[in-house]
Amino acid sequence: MAAGPRTPPRFSATFDPATLAEIRRAAATGIYDIRGAGTKRKLPHFDDLLFLGASISRYPLEGYRERCGTDVLLGTRFAKQPIALRIPITIAGMSFGSLSAQAKEALGRGASVAGTSTTTGDGGMTDEERTHSRTLVYQVLPSRYGMNPDDLRRADAVEVVVGQGAKPGGGGMLLGQKVSERVAGMRTLPAGIDQRSACRHPDWTGPDDLRIKIEELREITDWQKPIYVKVGASRPYYDTALAVKSGADVVVIDGMQGGTAATQDVFIEHVGIPTLAAIRPAVRALEELGMHRKVQLIISGGVRCGADVAKALALGADAVSIGTAALVALGDNDPALEAEYRALGTTAGAYDDWHEGRDPAGITTQDPALAVRLDPVLAGRRLANYLAVMTLEAQAIARACGKSHLHTLEPEDLVALTIEAAAMAGVKLAGTEWIPGQV
Amino acid sequence: MSGAPRVVDLEQASVRELNQALHALTPDSNETFWRVCNPRGRHNLAVGLDAAVTVEIAGHAGYYCAGMNKQAKVIVHGNAGVGVAENMMSGLVHVRGDASQSAGATARGGILLIDGNAAARCAISLKGADIVVKGSVGHMSAFMAQAGTLVVLGDAGDGLGDSLYEAHLYVCGAVAGLGADCIEKPLDDVHRTELQAKLTQAGLAGQVDPGSFRLYGSARQLYHFDVDHADAY
Repeated sequence: MAAGPRTPPRFSATFDPATLAEIRRAAATGIYDIRGAGTKRKLPHFDDLLFLGASISRYPLEGYRERCGTDVLLGTRFAKQPIALRIPITIAGMSFGSLSAQAKEALGRGASVAGTSTTTGDGGMTDEERTHSRTLVYQVLPSRYGMNPDDLRRADAVEVVVGQGAKPGGGGMLLGQKVSERVAGMRTLPAGIDQRSACRHPDWTGPDDLRIKIEELREITDWQKPIYVKVGASRPYYDTALAVKSGADVVVIDGMQGGTAATQDVFIEHVGIPTLAAIRPAVRALEELGMHRKVQLIISGGVRCGADVAKALALGADAVSIGTAALVALGDNDPALEAEYRALGTTAGAYDDWHEGRDPAGITTQDPALAVRLDPVLAGRRLANYLAVMTLEAQAIARACGKSHLHTLEPEDLVALTIEAAAMAGVKLAGTEWIPGQV
Repeated sequence: MSGAPRVVDLEQASVRELNQALHALTPDSNETFWRVCNPRGRHNLAVGLDAAVTVEIAGHAGYYCAGMNKQAKVIVHGNAGVGVAENMMSGLVHVRGDASQSAGATARGGILLIDGNAAARCAISLKGADIVVKGSVGHMSAFMAQAGTLVVLGDAGDGLGDSLYEAHLYVCGAVAGLGADCIEKPLDDVHRTELQAKLTQAGLAGQVDPGSFRLYGSARQLYHFDVDHADAY
């Protein structure tokens, strides 16, 4: 039989090369893949929304001339001392342990210059971050590592962490190579062990208990500090309503694009919902309770630029929070370090083995030789620059929509490019009068 | 402690007023003896104290009584609700009756003495405090306990010391079952001395024989993930 044209090799969409590689890796090692960062799959996101800008029926504000406010007040419901931030972009909770002391210092320096807050993490508060962060939010996590009433009182706000977007329902994880003597001492654990934090709080379950727990924290801090409740995005309508019922001043919703220091890849990629899908249900819960703008809403998970900030605020958030983007601003995954990323078997832009503590940028490490590579002053300046750019971008969009404050952006300023995004964000599909899912 | 106590009647004053007054105490204050009347199970009594005072609560307390206590001696003349002395840093909390769930959760220092029984998850995530329970403790006690001691004169429920780190658990009575990675260890002289010290701190010296206790601690087999231990999780 004469040789005819051969069928070219064709990869399966179901068993694509990445899937095949993971099957082989699992078969070779017997353990699931653990990594840092957030989901890497393509999801409906802020990119699927567009602002309409001004037109005959709406007039814009002059750029560089007419003022567009960016300030935000957090904790106005019960706290005697709400937090006043110059910009509505905060730095999310990231622990000393997962990050080097230099990285924590840089976050504090950059945020303070920009007029915003940083947040502690699973491992307690260090003196360095208290010193360098003008406004510091202290997390109360299930593990309660390093939990200390003196730190509660010297914090500017308290955040009760129920979950995070990368792993709603999962606890923290810090593998042995990052549990240095100092990290271990802060957490009351033996150095060098794989440290897996609790996923549930040890002394409360459910909204009725949470109400009493929040009241305890208020009593200990004499009702001075705003109290946030942070949840991973899964049931944002109900979680927001229950957080309000429990007495929160601020609700933080973290979508599945939100990063983590270390968790199972299967958890990151398959648990939780996208940030875009979480905002409108949370806002609806606040509106139905008459609490929108009274209990502030912070949205996080995949916020990268001023457009993302403007879109989150237009959908009803009071502020956003960034983690991964802040690390990139400090120097994470910098192509200048490509040779070293190659030596680790990865490439700049894809490095996510943050749990291994071998970060050549000196950020996600406890190795003193690596950590010292990060100049906290320079990295802090880079973060401040980045936050300034995001703010300017958000202002540019808001002025184009005729808004004199970022908080006056509204869903009607937006349209969606896809049916999915239109349904999730509750805005019209571009060029139509259709909001899918609404009758 | 001297003279007549300062009395706070919670039928007249609020919990907020009680805690605010206790927080306002300065180190040189003469008001070192307080008595709280009509607690009626109210929550968050005497939380966040940081003064060397004695606070007697004349009745039952609700959730988180003496939470995050530093220095103070808090005595509950009744039962205590969930999370009594949670995250205590130092001082003494004495429950004359029974304690509900999560007694002494994450406590980092000081002594929690419970005359009666403690419910489930007593000493959960313990981080250095000493807890002495004259009665029995419920299931999953000392879950993920990291440091400190739990001394139980009665029995312990199922799942004792599950996922334990370096806390020491001494039980005089029966143990219904041990949790993952918790094992019985020999009660050597070092531990006997430690136990004797804890019993003495609790005012029980001479009343109980340290030799009648069994010691439980971590087998340390789960400190590093090993796929061959996956069925233990």
